[in-house]
Amino acid sequence: MINFRLEERENRNVRIQILSPFIAVFVSLIISCFFIFLAGVSPVDSLKELLIGSFGSRNAIAETLSRATPLILTGLAASIAFRAKFWNIGAEGQLYAGALAVTFFGTGLIELPSILMIPFLFLVGAIAGGLLLLPLVLLKNYFKVDEVVSTLLTNFIIILLVSYLLEGPWKDPMSLGWPQGASVIDQGVLPQIVARTRLHLGFIFSILFAMLVWIILSKHLIGYQIKAVGYNSSAAKHSGIPVLKTIFIVALLSGGMAGMAGVTETAGLKGYLTLDLSPGFGYAGIAVAMLAALHPIGVIASGIFLASIYVGADAMSRSMNVPSYLADVIVAITILCVLVSLVMNQYKFKFSGLKK
Amino acid sequence: MIFDFIEIFFTAGFWAATIRIACPLIFATLGEVICERSGVLNLGIEGIMSLGAMVGWTAVYLGADLYSGILLAAIMGALFGFLHAIFTVYLGASQHVTGIGITMLASSIGFFSFRLILPSSTTPPKIIPFEKLDIPYLSEIPFLGEALFQHTPFTYIAFASVIIIFWLLNSTPFGLSIKMAGENPMALEAQGIDVLLVRTLSVILGSSLMAVGGAYLTMSAFDAFYFGMINGRGWIAIALVIFAAWKPERALLGALLFAGLDAYQVRAQQLAGAFIPYQFFLMLPFILSIAAMIVASKRTRYPRALLIPFRRGERH
Repeated sequence: MINFRLEERENRNVRIQILSPFIAVFVSLIISCFFIFLAGVSPVDSLKELLIGSFGSRNAIAETLSRATPLILTGLAASIAFRAKFWNIGAEGQLYAGALAVTFFGTGLIELPSILMIPFLFLVGAIAGGLLLLPLVLLKNYFKVDEVVSTLLTNFIIILLVSYLLEGPWKDPMSLGWPQGASVIDQGVLPQIVARTRLHLGFIFSILFAMLVWIILSKHLIGYQIKAVGYNSSAAKHSGIPVLKTIFIVALLSGGMAGMAGVTETAGLKGYLTLDLSPGFGYAGIAVAMLAALHPIGVIASGIFLASIYVGADAMSRSMNVPSYLADVIVAITILCVLVSLVMNQYKFKFSGLKK
Repeated sequence: MIFDFIEIFFTAGFWAATIRIACPLIFATLGEVICERSGVLNLGIEGIMSLGAMVGWTAVYLGADLYSGILLAAIMGALFGFLHAIFTVYLGASQHVTGIGITMLASSIGFFSFRLILPSSTTPPKIIPFEKLDIPYLSEIPFLGEALFQHTPFTYIAFASVIIIFWLLNSTPFGLSIKMAGENPMALEAQGIDVLLVRTLSVILGSSLMAVGGAYLTMSAFDAFYFGMINGRGWIAIALVIFAAWKPERALLGALLFAGLDAYQVRAQQLAGAFIPYQFFLMLPFILSIAAMIVASKRTRYPRALLIPFRRGERH
């Protein structure tokens, strides 16, 4: 066994801290080359295809940015929650809750002019996502039910609920084949922002929300309280911070962000609810948040980066015959590389030779 | 009508199904018990089960025999357990984020390799899974024989592993070390035992059990591998660990109780399917898992050092 210990760094190098996510991404791409190699194709050509597929044309860029939209929002959801060490792994379920709210209110129940209808849909989506988390906060507080497990299990419950609604009462009678919900009314649809692409207004909204979250977390008292609860919740309690109330606000903000990811997908990308609305955006949001070191503005960049991996890997798998699951492999490796870089930012490795 | 619902309990098929459904949960819950008892929460469980299911099945599909398939799944689980331990035990990284990362990595590597080996086949091919092994004499007992003693060898391994893990935790020095690593690692270190090594071995052992639990699905319960076939069983196992108060014998009880409700649900669905949509039956396992944690909350006492990384020379 190699004998080593971790020693806390006295002064952390800011430059290395800013560089470390880039190093983590670089290392994870190198490790991913091994898997491309396994597929029997050239890693260099594949990564080139990936880059062309995600940024190589006007359409590719638009596709990447539209894929980034839900990732930025679920990334914000994870960032807010993880700052308070509230482990919300349920963004996937909250996304669908937001999508359900859009389908309930936005397909004819309420008709408003666009300028009101779109903000209204974002609001109900956010409320639906946030409300889904609140009972779980109570369960954690009063019954010690770990939120990791309860949020994960809730994801499955919500997706089954969506499946029931889409096959039963909410099934669009006009749709053939795969079950889907009724279409969002025209006033509620998020308009295209680049002609002849799928890029829609939701992307602008996601950037605005990232800035809003940044302002709330850095300028408002709640940002400080969240940090204190995350750093040491019992110390925060002793110094008079209302811990339960803080966690409630965290849950509402976090669930709300994830809920709005459901809004952008339902009212923006697809126009209606489907059972495959999210190919795991909720889970990928964790990677987005980690890569951004939980910083809301960083989430914009890391969201776009991970979106480019997904979009590029799809293009690559079509042209190079590499299974598109490679994107998920890269994302997972990125999470682990970021973890290593976080430890290395905080600690120095002290090797003291081999034991015995 | 009401008698139909009660009659389910009097069919041997129901009890046999209960045991079949319990097996993957037994392996997974035992695995998680060992990890958490040593102080490490292993959220890699869902992905490790998925990878185990894929590796075991693929090995047999490519010509290995069934027992080698189990062994390969266990080895793959151990490898990912070791990776988890490097992060959580040696580097002291967040156990939550590491676990989710390992789950994403293990399942995506599994799916990726599955697609490499079998490029886009619409109907997944099948293997010849474990066949029933009737226990001599016992299997001929009416009712009980069919319910308990006409299962596959893999099923008997699941039950044997409960006994082995119970013995390991309660009667061996290594088991004592595992429990101390999770309760009072400082004291263990004072005994001259390497806490980090004990935790690493626990996570490796636990993860290989999880992978074997996944392999049960593709090699004994079914005969093919599907994407997403684990379907939350790993997360349910984490809830069961809490319900079982971190004890192997109660893990068995919890898994059986849970599997019984699941087996009942499938049969009740056939009776009530016309009135209640099937999705609500499928929700039951997840709702019950949350309910189980609420029920257990009064006596829930987490291992004291769970989630706390141990660093040599640091005070806690």
